[in-house]
Amino acid sequence: MTTRIAVLALQGAFAEHVATLRAIGAEPVEVRLPRDLDGVEGLIIPGGESTTMRRLITRWDLAQPILELASSGAPIYGTCAGMIVLSREIVGGEVPVLPLLDVAVERNAFGRQLDSFETELDVPVLGDTPVHAVFIRAPVISGVGPGVDVMATLPDGRIVAVRQRNIIATSFHPELAGETRFHRLLATMAAEHADPGEGVGRRQYPTRRSQHGR
Amino acid sequence: MTDTSTWATKKGLAQMLKGGVIMDVVTAEHARIAEDAGAVAVMALERVPSDIRAAGGVARMSDPSVIEGIMGAVSIPVMAKARIGHFVEAQILEALGVDYIDESEVLTPADERNHIDKHAFKVPFVCGCRNVGEALRRISEGAAMVRTKGEAGTGNIVEAVRQLRDVLAEIRRLGGMREDELFVAAKELGAPYELVKQVAAEGRLPVVNFVAGGISTPADAALVMQLGAEGVFVGSGIFKSEDPARMANAIVQATTHFTDAKILAEVSKGLGAPMRGIALEAIPDQERMAVRGW
Repeated sequence: MTTRIAVLALQGAFAEHVATLRAIGAEPVEVRLPRDLDGVEGLIIPGGESTTMRRLITRWDLAQPILELASSGAPIYGTCAGMIVLSREIVGGEVPVLPLLDVAVERNAFGRQLDSFETELDVPVLGDTPVHAVFIRAPVISGVGPGVDVMATLPDGRIVAVRQRNIIATSFHPELAGETRFHRLLATMAAEHADPGEGVGRRQYPTRRSQHGR
Repeated sequence: MTDTSTWATKKGLAQMLKGGVIMDVVTAEHARIAEDAGAVAVMALERVPSDIRAAGGVARMSDPSVIEGIMGAVSIPVMAKARIGHFVEAQILEALGVDYIDESEVLTPADERNHIDKHAFKVPFVCGCRNVGEALRRISEGAAMVRTKGEAGTGNIVEAVRQLRDVLAEIRRLGGMREDELFVAAKELGAPYELVKQVAAEGRLPVVNFVAGGISTPADAALVMQLGAEGVFVGSGIFKSEDPARMANAIVQATTHFTDAKILAEVSKGLGAPMRGIALEAIPDQERMAVRGW
């Protein structure tokens, strides 16, 4: 069975994520309303304008069902604006809508469009081949809480990719560069969430956090 | 190795704007209203197109202090217009640090033969087009985003619909051609063969394509989105309506939920009067903006 992964389709580069998910054999589902989240095993929040996306998430009551999806253990991946939307603190005081990552995020951290750039980035958990990373008016993580793993930093030490349990976020856009490893990581996590596996020798207790009453 | 202002970042910003509404604003106050309503970017200009049309005379790039005021007022991308072929206005806008330049037919053209060489700039450009040939000529000059022109400042969607349908029908026609027919198609379109071949293979333009010129209601926005636009520019339609903040917000909602008629009905309620429109036949040929550019 293919893994159904939702892509928040309120605004932004959601079509590129949909295409990337198809390319790796997952089944993408565009989400504009809460009911579109039924039966999905993971979620991508794409790049776009975070101010627009935050307003639309609130307007269409998507925050609560996304928070519930996250607390069930389903993986969520945010790129660029998606990273901003998932952060607990937005530097400058904007109100967070999906405070799932215990990080502080700084919007437009590199400057304006003229400072947008591409680079080769080491992401050790993805192996030795660097990620070709496209940064567009990109945010950076300016502070992390104790439960957050830093997946990648720029040579100057600025944090541009993080993971906290089932939540992943990158400042850059794998979906613009033919890079599929983040999506495959997400799909693997989503498949494990959908079917934790009850094979021979496996200890028989539930692995879904929702079944622990959380 | 790090490269700034690459083709991927120029084209990529337009990809991030998809599914969104870019609003014309003339003051910092307008820009804040637009941002609060959910605009993905604002277009800074001295007068909205309907006022340019009413005033006549030569329309130019805005005063840099107005543009800087708008850049300081909002956190979303700020675009600004330069006259067709006026590469010095473009140099000034780049020096100000705007996020995108619109080489726009809404302003009075500065050059009757040549558009700006947009490859020479680090800032990305969006250009108007009426058909695939024009779109590909602009892209070959370096445009990282295109928009159909419509007929700006009229509040009349008819020209925008005609041009968008023309572009999409031509893309479908190219997709059905044999390789040897594409050479002639390129000649007839007046567009580079390599780009024509790419369009035929991919079934879409090589850059993001928005619709502009005539959108003045949520239904207008949803109409062009259903036809295949990737996002919309709204000029006079917002700040010439009775209640700009509500109209702006409603057009944003309609651009997201463009296929959901129930939501479209909901967001269209009680918006007050949209801008007053003009029938295309009432505009003399020499005052048509869509025919500027070649």
